Amino acid sequence: MSEQQATAARAIDINSMQRGSKMTMADETNCLEVKNFNLFYGDKQALHGINMTIPKNRVTAFIGPSGCGKSTLLRCFNRMNDLIDTVNIEGEMLLDGENLNAPSVNVADLRRQVGMVFQKPNPFPKSIYENVAYGLRLQGVNDRATLDNVVEKSLKGAALWDEVKDRLHESAMGMSGGQQQRLVIARAIAIEPEVLLLDEPASALDPLSTLKIEELIHELKEKYTIVIVTHNMQQAARVSDYTAFMYMGDLIEFGPTDELFTNPQKKQTEDYITGRYG
Amino acid sequence: MSKQSFSSWYKSGTPWVWLNAGAVSISLVMVVGLLLLIGVRGLSHFWPADVMEVSYTEPNQQAEVLIGEVIETETVPASQLKRAGVELAEGQISAERVLVKVGNRDYFGMDFRWVNAPWLGEASYPEELLSIERREWGRFYGRLVAVKQKGKVVATGDDAYDELQLRLSRSNNIIDEIKDLEYAEIGKINHGIESLRLDKRQLELEGVAEGSIQYADLTEARKKFDDDYSELQKELAVLYADLGRDQLVVKMSDGQEVEMPLAKIVLIHRPNAMGVVEKIGFYGHAVWEFVSGDPREANTEGGVFPAIFGTIMMVMIMAVLVTPFGVIAAVYLKEYAKQGPLIRLIRIAVNNLAGVPSIVYGVFGLGFFVYFLGGNIDELFFQASLPSPTFGTPGLMWASLTLAILTVPVVIVATEEGLSRIPRAIREGSLALGATKAETLWRTVLPMAAPAMMTGLILAVARAAGEVAPLMMVGVVKLAPALAVDNIAPYLHLDRQFMHLGFHIYDVGFQSPNVEAARPLVYATAILLVFIIIGLNLVAIQIRNRLRETYKASES
Repeated sequence: MSEQQATAARAIDINSMQRGSKMTMADETNCLEVKNFNLFYGDKQALHGINMTIPKNRVTAFIGPSGCGKSTLLRCFNRMNDLIDTVNIEGEMLLDGENLNAPSVNVADLRRQVGMVFQKPNPFPKSIYENVAYGLRLQGVNDRATLDNVVEKSLKGAALWDEVKDRLHESAMGMSGGQQQRLVIARAIAIEPEVLLLDEPASALDPLSTLKIEELIHELKEKYTIVIVTHNMQQAARVSDYTAFMYMGDLIEFGPTDELFTNPQKKQTEDYITGRYG
Repeated sequence: MSKQSFSSWYKSGTPWVWLNAGAVSISLVMVVGLLLLIGVRGLSHFWPADVMEVSYTEPNQQAEVLIGEVIETETVPASQLKRAGVELAEGQISAERVLVKVGNRDYFGMDFRWVNAPWLGEASYPEELLSIERREWGRFYGRLVAVKQKGKVVATGDDAYDELQLRLSRSNNIIDEIKDLEYAEIGKINHGIESLRLDKRQLELEGVAEGSIQYADLTEARKKFDDDYSELQKELAVLYADLGRDQLVVKMSDGQEVEMPLAKIVLIHRPNAMGVVEKIGFYGHAVWEFVSGDPREANTEGGVFPAIFGTIMMVMIMAVLVTPFGVIAAVYLKEYAKQGPLIRLIRIAVNNLAGVPSIVYGVFGLGFFVYFLGGNIDELFFQASLPSPTFGTPGLMWASLTLAILTVPVVIVATEEGLSRIPRAIREGSLALGATKAETLWRTVLPMAAPAMMTGLILAVARAAGEVAPLMMVGVVKLAPALAVDNIAPYLHLDRQFMHLGFHIYDVGFQSPNVEAARPLVYATAILLVFIIIGLNLVAIQIRNRLRETYKASES
């Protein structure tokens, strides 16, 4: 019981921190822009004419009922949907003004800039150290000192260093789910992406691990633009600066989190956040 | 009431459990029974059985004495005996018949004899009876009369046995020396002379004029080899003279005395005088000889080492060839090829390849590898030694390749299975870090699929080690003159023919001139083959378990 209270207290703390100043879209630097974006799985259209701008160094949350297309949209930002043969897209998606679907774009380079953390922790069956060093090794960095340095920095950045510093060379499979998820975040930030995509990063975790991840997200936004998909509206309210509500492949409403939750413009948004459907 | 209880018993699933357990036990009993049968029959062969001396009197014949080992006893019905001209007492329905190994094939004409038990006298087991293993003509049983040196008697009676053993080990040492000289030294010289001949032929092919400096060099080298050879010949002559020094006089069961040179004898022992410990020691020695020795007498005596070596060698080369090939093919099929009807067709074809009779692969191997590939290799690289083929003839390499083709479907299927079991999350995790598909495969997916590849390899090895039919066409021979590995460069001779345990079993069992003598060896070789396959599999399973431990996936 006391633990739960503590969790709640800290959550409120986070809320008050980020609600300090009222934000408007106009003041922000754009990071990702989506213009008239349609996506089809074969014949079935999954995203309908999405238009949105995701600001730099802010946390943007996508909420909506299951199957509304929020994960699909997220996976477009680093072109994970390329892996599915039947997917077709229309419209533009810009990263710092560059069309990321342009033929000249190297997908591997794009994914280095736009990191991603998945719903279930997916560490590689390697040591903790090698998991974090994976991205660097891909880039041909094999210098021991550099790697040591980056591994330590990344693990610290993911608030995991103190827990694992004595067993860096043990298998990552022996860690708890929450630790694994933070390891995956450390792995993603080790290559210093610009954007970090989080696809329901806490849905498979217990409340305490969830809180740690949320605190981590709050710290990470200093350096990265974060886009998070979540089922949990409280979580969206706690961690994000901006929230997008999606429904049936449409972007219904997008705005500063405070406004969206306190004063939704659309009826559907209101219904959803008050729990009337979804 | 009873009906109800039956139906509830049926519903509870108990009959299923019994059925399943029954099936498992039957399989288990069959496997254990099989191993026991070949194990007992094969391994008992090396036990020094007691040698019996018994009088045998056929009706209206003079009594004779038999010396030998009882091999088996069977009961024969009277009617059958009657047809064979044997009359039993009135009212007796059957009689026992005994198979006695009497040895001395060169004197008696046959070394196994069926005798009718009623006509046998009381058997005795005198300690002084000798069982002599000879280099030719099989076993000899008899009594020691004298040991001679250059025709002069040096020992008689009971002392003679110790003297005999001393002289026997001396002659065996000399034989080892001779073997060393003949195989290693003279082998090297022969190899040198052969390569000189090839060099000369090469010069002729290149059109170098007769009498030029190159020819002179060759002639000089040849002369050196000839000198070395005549030197060795002299050494050998001395050894052979030494070897012929001692003889042994033995009295056979019919009282006839025979003289034989010790050089013709491998081993002499007195089984009846041995205690259990001694017998166990002898048994161990005999098994070791079987495993480590060379075959003698058309494979019916001696060891099977070349066959063990050939089997393992072939399986290993096969494994080295099949693994990369199968894995690469599976990766393409699973990861890169666009899944469609064509790939489905290819997959079906691959699966069906595993069902093609193995002899068909043998025919293919002979036609494609041996004649086509081998023939072309010879023409390109070994022209000097033509018309005698180097690779254009059955050999270790072609046998391994043929078996690799035979087993590649197994590896492909297992690897594909393993690849499809790698969680998508792991692949996406790697791709999301900026890895290309190839990098993801190489760094994460393939290591994780390694245990599955090992499973495929284990199945492939099990299949290949037991395969005989195709090998008969592409490289296995009854008796290989040399092992595939020796001290002459390039040390591994993939072009050589080799011996194989599976073929050895067939050869000893069906192609040998002395079936009775060879039969225990069939079982012994069979159990050895089983042990070797188990051993190879255990090694592979060990490796797989280690890999599994390393690459445990997140789900499990």
